[in-house]
Amino acid sequence: MGSIVNTQQIINGLQVGSIYALIALGYTMVYGIVRLINFAHGDFFMLGAYAAYAAFYLFNTWFAKGSGILAFIVLLASMAAGGGVALLSNRFAYKPLRYKPKLSSLITAIGVSMFLEYFFSALPAIGPSFRAFPTVLPKRQIPIGQATISNYVVIDLAVAAILMIGLTLLVKKSSLGKAMRAVSQDKDAARLMGIDVEKVIGWTFLIGGAFAGAAGLLSGMTYPRIFPYMGIQPGLKAFIAAVLGGIGNIPGAVLGAYIMGLAETFASAYNSLLGEGIAFAILIVVLLVRPRGILGEKIADKI
Amino acid sequence: MRPYAFVAALLVFVALSAGAQEIKIGGIGPVTGEAATFGVSTKNGMTLAVEEWNAKGGVLGKKIKLVFADDKGDPAEGATVYTKLIQQDKVVALVGTVMSKVTLAGAPIAQAAKVPMISPTSTNEKVTQVGDYIFRACFIDPFQGTVGAKFAYNDLKARTAACIFDVGNDYTKGLSENFQKAFLALGGKVVAYEAHPTGTTDFKAQLTKIIQAKPDVIYCSDYYNDDALIATQARELGYTGPFVGGDGWDSADLVKIGGAAVENCFFTNHYAPDATTPAVLTFVKNYKARFKTSDAPDALAALGYDAMYIMLDAIKRAGKADGVKIKEALAKTDLAVVSGQVKFDANRNPIKAAAIIEIKGGKQVYRTTVNP
Repeated sequence: MGSIVNTQQIINGLQVGSIYALIALGYTMVYGIVRLINFAHGDFFMLGAYAAYAAFYLFNTWFAKGSGILAFIVLLASMAAGGGVALLSNRFAYKPLRYKPKLSSLITAIGVSMFLEYFFSALPAIGPSFRAFPTVLPKRQIPIGQATISNYVVIDLAVAAILMIGLTLLVKKSSLGKAMRAVSQDKDAARLMGIDVEKVIGWTFLIGGAFAGAAGLLSGMTYPRIFPYMGIQPGLKAFIAAVLGGIGNIPGAVLGAYIMGLAETFASAYNSLLGEGIAFAILIVVLLVRPRGILGEKIADKI
Repeated sequence: MRPYAFVAALLVFVALSAGAQEIKIGGIGPVTGEAATFGVSTKNGMTLAVEEWNAKGGVLGKKIKLVFADDKGDPAEGATVYTKLIQQDKVVALVGTVMSKVTLAGAPIAQAAKVPMISPTSTNEKVTQVGDYIFRACFIDPFQGTVGAKFAYNDLKARTAACIFDVGNDYTKGLSENFQKAFLALGGKVVAYEAHPTGTTDFKAQLTKIIQAKPDVIYCSDYYNDDALIATQARELGYTGPFVGGDGWDSADLVKIGGAAVENCFFTNHYAPDATTPAVLTFVKNYKARFKTSDAPDALAALGYDAMYIMLDAIKRAGKADGVKIKEALAKTDLAVVSGQVKFDANRNPIKAAAIIEIKGGKQVYRTTVNP
């Protein structure tokens, strides 16, 4: 097989894509419901990684290192931190501006993002420098033909798949999901039907933030160094993935994220300098050719 | 009038003879500010060298006086203290300073005043390009690539190699370019040469390509943060061979981030405190005794010591505390110091050995010394 497109590179691309997918889901959910591009979303990802770091050192004396229970607690901590801060940012930053011009919320989102980055890098307990992320689970290599995959690839893909299936079921089957869909279609009509719109929005932020937090943990485990600005790049990439798939569309975000992961990997393998730029090239092409994205519905104005 | 003239003459004589009792050398380093530990180490190294020479009777039959000034790691402050040492203290030579950006501010002043100077640790290539009075005691960055290639080819017996570097950083680019050049010249083959963008965390696309080319060794010239991630991901992709890198690997955080993945990794450095050469053993022992510390002196202390030694040796061979003579003697240096045998090339950069450090059991261990 060639050195650019082969099993190993596909596995690499899927792993990157899984992390993008978890972040992109939050972007797309929030956009679907409140029509807000939440630029602070990448920072929920960062907070998830730091919460996982803290939880690991808090609990690793109680549970055996590398045990499943410890890993599960760490996952819960990362999701709680991501979701909790998302909820707070909604309550204090976005809610007061809900019925104000859209631009105010967008600028506020940038403000929230900067606040989270700089506030946490100013805290002595976190600080601006890199931190080594602990090995939450022991790493193993599994050779498959010419390719080698590590158990981390399996974990990344599995966690992403489980959370995505759970979200789909929630949106499709539960009454909360029904309310979410109703709010995303027409807030006023939903309110007339007795749906507590603010509560639904709160849940959306919570779930989206929790997914970003989980992605933070996966990223910390896979790339074991964390720092307060680690959310910026993946946040941007996931945003592009959401636009590519059709912002506001949940399966679209997942599809877009995996396309992005694979495209970046193949592009980097073809020429290492293309990898970083391909994401933005995709964004430009999508906006020019199909602004509503692959699975997006046709709406007159997007952002 | 006559008595006054006599007294004046007497005073001048006394002043001259008192001045002639000692030779003043200017030392500069950032002992406060962001690089304070660098400055303190360097100052200690210089002090130890001066005291050792004085114990043996000084130089040119006179005692050596180290006039030390703090540049605070700031180029503007650096320019001020260079001027002060030259104009006010009238030093015959300068040893300093640590950071390249500050050295670049001071070097033109020394050059204009024709005062020979040697920087212990400024690795930026431009430093010695300022003029013929400016020397340095450390090797410049690209040189590490050459030494890395020699080590990979001769010691690790690698015949094929791959390079990975940060395309946005001249340091890592220069190291990889020079590694490739030297490895090819030795008869090896470079089977993959991959760049990565600055600030990326996923190197797997490039590493997959590299590993499929089956290199005997991967030369990775990044800083420790990226090195650790690259090693981790390469091991995940099934690479078990060695990594070789430059002094960017030198950090305690390397092992914290990389864990077991950075075993079987080697990097070039200026000096290894656990080397077993007699020069290093003596230096470490004397340093610990003089500064009452249990910590082994770092590379900056060693280079501060070496720089002062090289300068004093040049003054001795010049036979006269005169700028032009000292400069000429410096260019002809051929001296064994702590960090190895030192000679200068036409650009006043040292041609000297590098220490190879191995990561073994999570610790930095001296492996060997490689001569260029």
